[in-house]
Amino acid sequence: MSTLWTRNETLVALVIVAFCGLAALSDPGFLSVATLTDLLRGGIVLGIFAVGALIVLISGGIDVSFTAIAAVTMYVTAMVLNALMPWMPWWAALLIGMGIGACLGAINGFLIAVMGLPTLIVTLGTLSVFRGFMLTFIGQKQITTLPPGMREFGRMMIVRGENADGSFYSLHAAFLVTAGAIVLTWFILHRTMLGRQIFAIGGSVESARRIGINVRGVQFFVYVYVGALAGLAGIIHASMARVANPFDLVGLELSVIAAVVLGGARLAGGHGTLTGTVLGVALIVLVRNSLIVLGIPATWQSVAIGVLILIGTGLPAWQAKRAAAQAA
Amino acid sequence: MTTDLVTFDHVTKTYSGITALDSVGFSIAAGEAVCLAGENGSGKSTLIKILAGVEQPDRGVISIAGQPQDALNPRLSAAAGIKVIFQDFSLFPNLSVAENIAFSAELGHGTRLVHRARIADTARATLARIGVDIPLTAAVETLSVAHKQLVAICRALATEARLIIMDEPTTALTEREVRVLLDIIRRLKADGVAVLFVSHKLAEVLEVCEKVIVLRNGQKVAEGPAADFDAASLTRHMTGRDVAEAPPAPLRADAPELMRVEGLNKAGAFEDVSFTLHAGEVLGVSGLLGSGRTALAKALFGLVAPERGRITLDGRSVPLGDPLAAAGAGIGYVPEDRLTEGLFLTQSILQNISVGRLDAHGASGILDIGGLLAEARDWLKRLSVKAPDPDAPVRSLSGGNQQRVVLARWMARSPRVLVLNGPSVGVDVGSKAEIHGIIAGLSAQGLGVIVISDDLPEVLATCHRILVMKAGRLIEDIPSGQVSGTDLAHRLAS
Repeated sequence: MSTLWTRNETLVALVIVAFCGLAALSDPGFLSVATLTDLLRGGIVLGIFAVGALIVLISGGIDVSFTAIAAVTMYVTAMVLNALMPWMPWWAALLIGMGIGACLGAINGFLIAVMGLPTLIVTLGTLSVFRGFMLTFIGQKQITTLPPGMREFGRMMIVRGENADGSFYSLHAAFLVTAGAIVLTWFILHRTMLGRQIFAIGGSVESARRIGINVRGVQFFVYVYVGALAGLAGIIHASMARVANPFDLVGLELSVIAAVVLGGARLAGGHGTLTGTVLGVALIVLVRNSLIVLGIPATWQSVAIGVLILIGTGLPAWQAKRAAAQAA
Repeated sequence: MTTDLVTFDHVTKTYSGITALDSVGFSIAAGEAVCLAGENGSGKSTLIKILAGVEQPDRGVISIAGQPQDALNPRLSAAAGIKVIFQDFSLFPNLSVAENIAFSAELGHGTRLVHRARIADTARATLARIGVDIPLTAAVETLSVAHKQLVAICRALATEARLIIMDEPTTALTEREVRVLLDIIRRLKADGVAVLFVSHKLAEVLEVCEKVIVLRNGQKVAEGPAADFDAASLTRHMTGRDVAEAPPAPLRADAPELMRVEGLNKAGAFEDVSFTLHAGEVLGVSGLLGSGRTALAKALFGLVAPERGRITLDGRSVPLGDPLAAAGAGIGYVPEDRLTEGLFLTQSILQNISVGRLDAHGASGILDIGGLLAEARDWLKRLSVKAPDPDAPVRSLSGGNQQRVVLARWMARSPRVLVLNGPSVGVDVGSKAEIHGIIAGLSAQGLGVIVISDDLPEVLATCHRILVMKAGRLIEDIPSGQVSGTDLAHRLAS
């Protein structure tokens, strides 16, 4: 029982419930299907990013370059498809995006797994390089006419409806992609030996080496996988926004990592759950979308998110410290 | 005649001109337990690495089950059933007991998916094999050191194990946990598994061993049936000299009272602790792990805040739960775990000594670095720390020398009372005797010393008086001349 209460997941879930309760009190219309679909829509891209960030954190690393990978991927894909293969269907665009993302992730993987460089330094570097390279050599102009496949995907909805007050709500089909990414990642982490090796490396790299885990291979996989997810998120972002803006996405990376840490993943590696990650993303999207309902100005968003991170990660750490002091 | 499991024949290994192993030969038979004794730097670690296939010997032949191996590597060595349990156990703290035990076995199966039932079965079977019950789903980071070691043993057994090498197996265990370990070793031997203990603290495991091999400076200096060795002869072979552990010089009858502890109480740790300490007295506090000895040690230095009680030094009251005030009053504390609590590992030896004296040399507001470092150098000499370069990181020193650096830091502050928690944990026999010599020297200067330890020979060799701690209470106060080691062990555990 006591472990349930000290878990980040529980804490984050309680904060979400409290937040919704407060919002419902100040605006009875808050608890509606429209709020829910807005929330789910807001979590689509963030969710895919977060799943990637989670798997890196579990492996004991950190990746801040995924937003740049996503931005480069969406821009390059849109440009190439427009110029060469406008007939490509939407699902091919997603696959091409994953492919480009995986290739960029492989650069991280090479530097980290093969060269053995520190993950934060490498991904800080590639964050800058990927984005700078795109802006310098590929283009800075928004692509407002997306290839037909991406446009078609941008219009795909799984639910569409009208509220009692006449406003519309809808849920984008990309939500299913995010759900799929979560399920696939869960399967990899918990049902494959590869996933257990990712946890093992996050727990202790030296021990992993000693029992014969191919540490380099596993790390390489992690960064390629994260790259592929980031590429996917990039295509989805552009399709939903109906524009490929090269200045988008970069800057989100720390919010994403914050969401994952809020959900209980440890920066030191080896720990983290998908439930926690999903809750962390939900809370951050909720704060972004709905703080205004509570009558708090939008500029306070970042303050609120920062405070949530401090409380959400500080409280369990403080509890653990107190428990350790009791045991000493 | 059965063939030996492992034989070394004239094995030599040099590292950039320094001979780590010099023509060493020995053999281990199936089901045999062998002690490999030697001080730090004697070549023990090199020998383990060669057996594990991590290092290749320059000359000599290693045979496994009668087959000479010309190119052993970690995979071949493990496949031949040679399993090393490192001192740090090399476990995954974030994973469950079951996963830790079964991980190598699962890797060996080569399957891509997780077979949870098979993992649980493997873990349950190996735990049953050594007769231990640890919850399968518990995260390893929540286990005690003794249980972590058992998990590491189980992991070695989960794949075909014919020789288990245990590096420093008993350093972190209490006497009772060592008993459990020895019982497990007996079971393994009955199963035909050979065990090689590698340690500098071997007296405890002698009783389950058939054979003892002693290394010194890379050479085999003694080998024979375990029955021919005892703690004293082992020490003599390891150090090459007699390290006599004489009881301390008697305390002067007129020694004034220095420190008085009255009714110290900390819920869940210790209860109603009272004692006095005289100038020049060495007082032992001994108890099993969990008896509250460490919490008491920390409370004396203010690292744990007791709810009730009084500590007075020279008649003046010392505030509780305030390490700075305790240090100011003249109390020093040398923690049990030097590496995490006592030293700034990556900083230089001189910086580590001088950090306690920053205030004294910075009274004007500007730090007198020259004076500070000169003083530190002086202490380095006085405590005969063997440091080739005082600017080298303290991490590069051996355990015994690191402990001396921590002592030097406190000595520089000229304290009245020193609390030493496990003063010789993890240091080799020779250094241990020297640390005991330092303790005797401190007491001769009139300092009060409190030695907190469950190393009974150490307590007997250094202390004038021994307080026995059990379940948070001081239950006995024995002058050390009036009790033997076995008697004391019995009182602790009874």
